[in-house]
Amino acid sequence: MSADPHAAGHDEIELPHASMRDYVIGFVLSVILTAVPFWLVMERPLPAGATAAIIMAFAAVQIVVHMIFFLHMSPKAEGGWSITSLTFTIIVVVIMLAGSLWVMHHLNTNMMPPHDVSQLP
Amino acid sequence: MSANTVTAGDPVQFYDLDEHAHPEGHSTMLGFWIYLMSDCLIFAILFACFAVLGGNYAAGPAPKDLFDLPLVALNTAMLLFSSITYGFAVLQMQQGKVKGVQLWLAITGLFGLAFLGIELYEFHHLIEIGATPQRSAFLSSFFTLVGTHGLHVTFGIVWLLVLMVQLGKHGLIAANKRRVMCLSMFWHFLDVVWIGVFTIVYLMGVLR
Repeated sequence: MSADPHAAGHDEIELPHASMRDYVIGFVLSVILTAVPFWLVMERPLPAGATAAIIMAFAAVQIVVHMIFFLHMSPKAEGGWSITSLTFTIIVVVIMLAGSLWVMHHLNTNMMPPHDVSQLP
Repeated sequence: MSANTVTAGDPVQFYDLDEHAHPEGHSTMLGFWIYLMSDCLIFAILFACFAVLGGNYAAGPAPKDLFDLPLVALNTAMLLFSSITYGFAVLQMQQGKVKGVQLWLAITGLFGLAFLGIELYEFHHLIEIGATPQRSAFLSSFFTLVGTHGLHVTFGIVWLLVLMVQLGKHGLIAANKRRVMCLSMFWHFLDVVWIGVFTIVYLMGVLR
């Protein structure tokens, strides 16, 4: 608003610039990266292990595609602070996810008494 | 200490000599990004819960028995469409067209509502056949993770409606442009979380 004294002079903050090209590329890639995993799981042309590896890899790639083309992430955004906070978050998430899975897997395999349904009271 | 005391006669000195003005909201985008990162931690914890508990069916139904992949694919398509329509709203904003922004925001909202409708239909169906959150650890963690995402989408739609009203009242002022970009980040972030949900919960669930 023109009544705002702060707005005068240096009128606007820099907002990330988006382009039609970015959105279309991002959308087409996302459609491919979504459709292929669904097709692989619904039709099962590959063994389960390979399917799992491929759909996880596709998900990782699609997350990066969304980050770049939809969220306009770049190492230079916000003077590098966006990517710094993102890196920090990813490190925390990886430690937490890997740690939880690791600990709980060992807890399950080492601590669970073998089940024998026929022995249940 | 007395040397530092300012007496009435001395001119006041500031140590931040290079004073420069900050435009209003100059740090909002970064602040909002950091909020999204903290939200990312919430989802990461819920994903960790699901990864640990997702196999504990308590002799109840497994993902194979419950999930309808064509329905999940349709749901995913709704969210993906809403992402690109939000992109069109941002492009209209860059051209300074208020009506165009509102139109594309409305279309985005409709896709968001379609997503929520399908999700609620799925939840209703699950609860009806006895696959409630109380049934097993797998279902508790499933409902918590997917439900939290759905709740985020719900609040995103509320924000969308509020933003459309604000745009109608004030037009494309700097503050509204900033809000459009913040909601853009929020909306695309929810789509990123959904990639994790459909891959890990639905596809990997049916696979195992």
